[in-house]
Amino acid sequence: MSSNKINGRLSTWQAAYVIARRDFTAILFSRSFIFFLLGPLFPVLVGGFAGGIGQRVQAAADRPVLGIAMQAADAQAMRDAYDALAPRVGEALPELSVLKQLKPGEAFDAQAALAAKRANMAAVVTGTLAAPRLTGTAERIAEWQGPVSMLAAQALDRAPRDYPAVALAATASSTAQEHHGQVMTAQAGQLLLFLLTMLLAGMVLSNLVEEKANKIIEILAAAIPMDAVFLGKLFAMLAVSFVGIAVWASAYGAFALVAGNAMPVLPEPAVGWALFIALGVAYFAMAYLLIGSLFLAIGSMASTVREVQTLSMPASFAQIVFFMLAAYAVAAPGSIYEWIAIAVPFSSPYAMLARAAQSPALWPHAAAFAWQVLCVALLIRGGARLFRTRVMKSGSSGGRAKQRGLFARLSAKSAHAAA
Amino acid sequence: MAGNESGMATKPATSSLAIEARGLVKRFDGFTAVDGVDLTVAEGAIYGILGPNGAGKTTTLRMLLGIIDPDEGTRRVLGAERPHDVAHAIGYLPEERGLYPSMKAYEAIAFVGALRGLPLAEGRKRGKALLEEHGLGYAVDRQIRQLSKGMAQQVQLLGTLVHEPQLVVFDEPFSGLDAINQGKLEVMIRALAAKGTTVIFSTHVIAHAERLCDEVAIIAGGKVPFAGPVDVARDRIRPQVRLETRVQDGIWRGALPADARHEGHYWLFSLPESGVEPLLRALIEGEAGILSLSIERAGLHDAFVHIAGEAAARALAENNGEEAK
Repeated sequence: MSSNKINGRLSTWQAAYVIARRDFTAILFSRSFIFFLLGPLFPVLVGGFAGGIGQRVQAAADRPVLGIAMQAADAQAMRDAYDALAPRVGEALPELSVLKQLKPGEAFDAQAALAAKRANMAAVVTGTLAAPRLTGTAERIAEWQGPVSMLAAQALDRAPRDYPAVALAATASSTAQEHHGQVMTAQAGQLLLFLLTMLLAGMVLSNLVEEKANKIIEILAAAIPMDAVFLGKLFAMLAVSFVGIAVWASAYGAFALVAGNAMPVLPEPAVGWALFIALGVAYFAMAYLLIGSLFLAIGSMASTVREVQTLSMPASFAQIVFFMLAAYAVAAPGSIYEWIAIAVPFSSPYAMLARAAQSPALWPHAAAFAWQVLCVALLIRGGARLFRTRVMKSGSSGGRAKQRGLFARLSAKSAHAAA
Repeated sequence: MAGNESGMATKPATSSLAIEARGLVKRFDGFTAVDGVDLTVAEGAIYGILGPNGAGKTTTLRMLLGIIDPDEGTRRVLGAERPHDVAHAIGYLPEERGLYPSMKAYEAIAFVGALRGLPLAEGRKRGKALLEEHGLGYAVDRQIRQLSKGMAQQVQLLGTLVHEPQLVVFDEPFSGLDAINQGKLEVMIRALAAKGTTVIFSTHVIAHAERLCDEVAIIAGGKVPFAGPVDVARDRIRPQVRLETRVQDGIWRGALPADARHEGHYWLFSLPESGVEPLLRALIEGEAGILSLSIERAGLHDAFVHIAGEAAARALAENNGEEAK
């Protein structure tokens, strides 16, 4: 064998690189990476499908209908008036349906017609054009009183025949529209960040459990500091996620090229798209590193997949709560809720990304970034310490040594207490 | 340092210590797993940590390697107070063997080397060479999951050595190996020591320690009642005398020590403090007719029973029985 080529101990970052390199290549060439790439496709497909169905159902169910029960000539006049006004008034006019063309002197029970619950029938017009009578719930008749009156006037030929043309001068946006758009962008950014983060944190957790199942963790712990193991695992998954994001972005770009203007366009965020995307990547990294390091700490305490699932469930729920806090803060910029969302490390990336969409100031991002980096470092250090103090407790067999898992330890404790 | 009966050359005493641990204590949830362990291992020695399962062997090794920190006490490994500072000079084979199942054999070796600072390309080269050298050349490109348990264990062993460490720590290295591979491992350990590598291994099989070790630490219940040369451990028990006489009775019987017992044709007793000469004189004068007389030095097993106590010896025997099953 050749002479020894080792110069000395690896630094923490060098050791982390060894772990990251192994994990990165192993994950990239695994089947789970294919599923990871396809992961976002499922919610998009399901969301699109469900949205389409929902829209149809809503369109069919929600459009209330105004019933007409008048003498034949009046009913026809109302119909003609509707056709004349609808193009100008649009959705302010309710859908119109002639229920019955009455014979002279024939009566019509509007309440009975409404009670019969014919599809979407919300109110019924009876009487004559000169004295129409609107029957329906109080809210509905209050809402439709004006449109019915307008239709009757049009039918009686009392409405102006010519409407002046209005010259249109569209502005790029109004303050209200801009704010609304930025809120949308903020929400979209937060949601994307949350979904990606949860997907990855779960993967890094199962990666650590697999490591423990493969019994390789002790070899790693003996050779390099656990901080380096945790760092390597986190950054490997981060690198994997960047590959995934690059693939998804390319796919989206290709799709956008084909779809052209049909693709939805989000309004521009306050800091501009370039900076928003850069901040998005940075906050994604921070959000992932924060939750990932927490999950690693949890994973280090568990020895079976079941234990991991049980232990990580509260953390996942907590993450949803933090996301909701940040989501709520979007609607209340500058409020105490926003500051809490920014200060709490796990919601900070989401809150700050939303802030980037709504406010052009950059210095808060530098401060928040420093705070989040500090929290990541503390979590990694804490997780590594937990691993060293709580996990490597015993050999593989014999007496106490068999009490390896957290549950086993807890049950041993309770048994001891009972004794 | 004393030699042993394996035929190995006795190593000269050296002032350099590969390991120096003082008063190591480790507690888990109020249970003291290791209680004040002192160890000194000379460079180039083969050192055995001997004890039944649950005695504290693995915890002691983990503290020496920096996997866990002691609650009390100090340790110095290859001159460093923090074992990770000299991780590049240490090889470790844990009791629970494990490798990444999807890795090829030579890559697995290279990866373990890389963890110790060996460049990956060099590790791959050495990994292939080591596999060839140990008759596993056909498995170079096979994934770990395609290897038998024994072969995977060998691959991991080679990974432990790929960076040519100064100190090798094996935790129960013989467990799970068949007799042939146990023999091969013994040869490998001797070869490492011959090159100047310090080898520490834990075991609950006394025969391995007796054949291989220059020094042993006997550990039971988290304490080390004895640490030192194997010969010194044996000398804790007086040598046993086996005497066969033609005449069964006579005045000479009064010269036998108080612990003498008759088994079959033989009288068995501990060698008297005064030595064998006064006894011989009494036997001759009493015309006992000596047919044979042998003085047998105590084995390490007897020394273990004597030092660690019957309970620890029973636990050790149970461990060996479980493994044999």
